[in-house]
Amino acid sequence: MFEYLFDFKGYGPELLRGAFLTAQLAGLSLLLALVLGLAGAAAKLSSSRAARGIALTYTTLIRGVPDLVMMMLIFYGGQALLNMLSDFVYNEWDIDFFINVDQFIAGVLSIGFIFGAYMAETFRGAFLAVPDGQLEAGRAYGMSEWQVFRRIMVPQMIRHAIPGVGNNWLVMLKTTALVSIIGLTDIVRVASEASKSLHLPFKFFIPVVLFYLLMTLVSELFLKYLSRRYSVGVREVA
Amino acid sequence: MEWLEGLLAGNDIFTMQTLSEYGTGLINTLQLVVLSIILGLLLALPLALMRASKRFWVSQPVQVFTYIFRGTPLLVQLYIIYYGSSFVLIDTPLWFMFKDAFIPALLAFTLNTAAYTTEIIRGAIVATPAGELEAAKAYGMNYWTRTRCVVLPSAFRRALPAYTNEVIFMLHASAVAFTVTILDLTGAAYLIYSRFYAPFSAFIFVACIYLCLTFSIIMLFRKIEFRMLAHLRPRTEA
Repeated sequence: MFEYLFDFKGYGPELLRGAFLTAQLAGLSLLLALVLGLAGAAAKLSSSRAARGIALTYTTLIRGVPDLVMMMLIFYGGQALLNMLSDFVYNEWDIDFFINVDQFIAGVLSIGFIFGAYMAETFRGAFLAVPDGQLEAGRAYGMSEWQVFRRIMVPQMIRHAIPGVGNNWLVMLKTTALVSIIGLTDIVRVASEASKSLHLPFKFFIPVVLFYLLMTLVSELFLKYLSRRYSVGVREVA
Repeated sequence: MEWLEGLLAGNDIFTMQTLSEYGTGLINTLQLVVLSIILGLLLALPLALMRASKRFWVSQPVQVFTYIFRGTPLLVQLYIIYYGSSFVLIDTPLWFMFKDAFIPALLAFTLNTAAYTTEIIRGAIVATPAGELEAAKAYGMNYWTRTRCVVLPSAFRRALPAYTNEVIFMLHASAVAFTVTILDLTGAAYLIYSRFYAPFSAFIFVACIYLCLTFSIIMLFRKIEFRMLAHLRPRTEA
């Protein structure tokens, strides 16, 4: 029984590599999404109308269009744009160069870009949740704007943002499965190819399910730890 | 029809043929989404009541179901049901239903949205004010009457905003249907992209259709919310 379960017919290392790629992809996309999210939130809260308009368009478009369509647009469209660019450079200056869009980078860029929009909404709410009175108190103490931001705004903003960021992360983790459609060999791709060639769907997909459940479980535990850490000094209600 | 042909004259990509493919895609997407949303809601109602139960052996199985379906990507669920059904059901009388990709996809989407909807409704049920329940008990209502007349009506109202998001999420998630040979909207766009190598016209056009659908869903639910919360609106002077 045990041997049967762990006999992957030679696809074992491939599956592991796929799992590693999924984890890498999710981690890098998270970094990009956090950066874009902070920038988006800053733009949404800024006094410049142009910045607010751009941020609103960004978040509305991303949230109104399926992830997969956005991903295919960025991946296939990005390649087409690069081809046009290299044609143009060749015709104008006679320089011959060709860039092939790396699927992994395209995956990170598109997932990070998509989830940056969700993160922007989360961060915006978190910034607004910090009471004005505390910021004013900081200024009254003679802190500079930067000090107020670093000492009062950021630590509390993080506390308010953790649940939302955590949710976005869990959704993002599952969205990474879509990169298998644009040709990246993540764990889902490996499993679907293995199961098609050997006609053993459950053997290869059950480990995939367990992998995602494990990732979810670990993330939930880590998030619980984080939110406890950042809630030090906050009284719990009942 | 005439004016449409005139409008399309001289356009290589948007011809009557490709538009009819987009039309088929739209119909398939809508069929899948609407059916799975309705079936998922019907399934989620009893599940949510079970999930909100205080008896461990009633709520626990449902919690396992929702944890698995919310913790893994829809794409993986779709693959397992699509490839798994051909593995398990091939010699059974049920096979005629699963031969086509539509029923497996509908099953995967229904179970997925049922899991999310269960948790949404359960959250709303648990949030019922204790006083309302006590009042119902004091009136001598039994469990079913209480549930039917007090708990569910107010739970539906509380669940509505989150449920709107779930419906939009389902519309966007349905884009994966094209990976199992269903010609949905995304499938039509991919077909047209690969035929003409025109990523921008294919994917931006389909993104606009999805955007319109998303806004229609938001409008529809805003109307429903307006009606369902009618008793909470401030009375206007007649």
